[in-house]
Amino acid sequence: MDITRPLVEKVALLARLEIPPAGADKAAAQLGRIVTMVEKLNELDTKNVEPMTNPTGLVDAFRSDEPRPSLPRAEALANAPDKVEMFLRVPRVVE
Amino acid sequence: MIELTAVEIRDGVRAGKLRARDVCEAHLARIKALDPKVHAFLHVDEAGARAAADRVDASPDKGPLAGVPLAVKDNMCQRGVPTTCASKILEGFRPPYDATALLRALAAGAVPLGHTNLDEFAMGSSTENSAYGPSRNPWDLARAPGGSSGGSTAAVAARMAALAFGSDTGGSIRQPAALCGVVGMKPTYGRVSRYGLVAFASSLDQIGPIARTVRDAAVFLGAMSGHDTLDSTSAPVEVPDYEKELEAGVKGLRVGVPKEFFGAGTDPGVRAAIDAALKQLQKLGATLVDISLPHTDYGIAAYYVIAPCEASSNLARYDGVRFGHRAKSFDGLVDMYRKSRTEGFGEEVRRRILLGTFALSSGYYEAYYRKALQVRRLIKNDFDEAWKTVDVIAGPTSPIPAFRIGEKADDPIAMYLCDVLTVTAPLAGIPGVSVPAGFTPGGLPVGLQLLGKEWSEATLLRAGRAYERETEWWRKGPQV
Repeated sequence: MDITRPLVEKVALLARLEIPPAGADKAAAQLGRIVTMVEKLNELDTKNVEPMTNPTGLVDAFRSDEPRPSLPRAEALANAPDKVEMFLRVPRVVE
Repeated sequence: MIELTAVEIRDGVRAGKLRARDVCEAHLARIKALDPKVHAFLHVDEAGARAAADRVDASPDKGPLAGVPLAVKDNMCQRGVPTTCASKILEGFRPPYDATALLRALAAGAVPLGHTNLDEFAMGSSTENSAYGPSRNPWDLARAPGGSSGGSTAAVAARMAALAFGSDTGGSIRQPAALCGVVGMKPTYGRVSRYGLVAFASSLDQIGPIARTVRDAAVFLGAMSGHDTLDSTSAPVEVPDYEKELEAGVKGLRVGVPKEFFGAGTDPGVRAAIDAALKQLQKLGATLVDISLPHTDYGIAAYYVIAPCEASSNLARYDGVRFGHRAKSFDGLVDMYRKSRTEGFGEEVRRRILLGTFALSSGYYEAYYRKALQVRRLIKNDFDEAWKTVDVIAGPTSPIPAFRIGEKADDPIAMYLCDVLTVTAPLAGIPGVSVPAGFTPGGLPVGLQLLGKEWSEATLLRAGRAYERETEWWRKGPQV
């Protein structure tokens, strides 16, 4: 299918990415070619074929619900780009 | 010392004939000499390697990988060691914990030398998508080593490490192993814990061994495998002794040869090497059976829906809040997300996130994502049908040998097609191994791919070993 520039811009917002205006047409064309390539799947009749989400037959793989040590707070925060004391700092979310 | 295999090193260390520290120093020196040309490593941890080697030498307990120098793909978390996935978004990230498979290798006595280059977030087939520059193929420095585990396979081929971790999502262990002339195995999904492997496509990703010989791969696989309560998709299936049946040969083994694995795009040099390998297996007592895997040609299309969909979800965690890159200036939260992610991710990663977000978005989900999952089932059914008449499936790992750096860099679809023979195994969840199968007339390595049913790693390794014993291609190394 044809991927239009407005569609790419909508998808980019959903994906929390930016498309530089200069690159939007190229991005749309490239995605369009890839989407056309994967549309080869439509050659196949998949009526009544059960989708396969993962290769394991595992269901309800739970471990026992017991308390165990977790990461110390300082270590958990060590890689944060912006922090104050024991908190992560982000821009204001609620006005 | 750099020519020793992992098992030779281990046995030498156990017998007191070798010191782990000396083996470590030899490999660190080799890295220092060669890696400026090859660029297999993103980070060499000399101090950590020496400390680990000294611990092995001091310990009375010499595990199955005692003193073996090991390279770690840079998408596996190692506590305190920079782990970037070759992405700017994780520049400077130091994990607070170790990947389970790595912990197990360390407990077995492996000596971790450092982290190897890859296509950013393992998305690619050449390592050219690395934010830190491509790795080079030790057999021809103008060519790519394949990918995404190209740094790991180049390191092992160039004798900079005896073993290396790889991860395979669509062929990222087997394809670069083939292009670099080493052994690389993608285990059954669930064989090896994914805990601490930075997620790309969670229903496909699997960690596996890269080595120079099949025996080394077998020992390494055994050391890293097994159930892990920290990964709910790791399977509670017993780990056999992969060395035990290694020399049992292939007499009576039924080897399926799918006609779809020898398409029009197959390089004549690759074709000739694989034909010779199949004859060799036959000479050793295997029975060749012509088979068909009719949905092979749909693998790439299914993969390039499923993998980007899973990636778009997994990579949502890079938000510039808890770890990773945050943009310097922005206007509000959403803008912070968008700027941080756009600055941090490379072009191919952004492309796949967009593709996956599109295929999962309202109005397109059924037509693309659900359809791809149904085709995934058909691909799995092809294999299940094949196992009724054959024990393993054989063919080329890659239809082409190593290509020139830059040759496919501007054409994403041409790059995607590199994986045409490797994507179906992870889609089905089955194991596969690439074993060195000689060279093209131009002197580039060719890989023989062997696929098997779930949990048949021992059979694949046994077949690979039977072939390797007759041919010994692994003894020939590149002149870097």
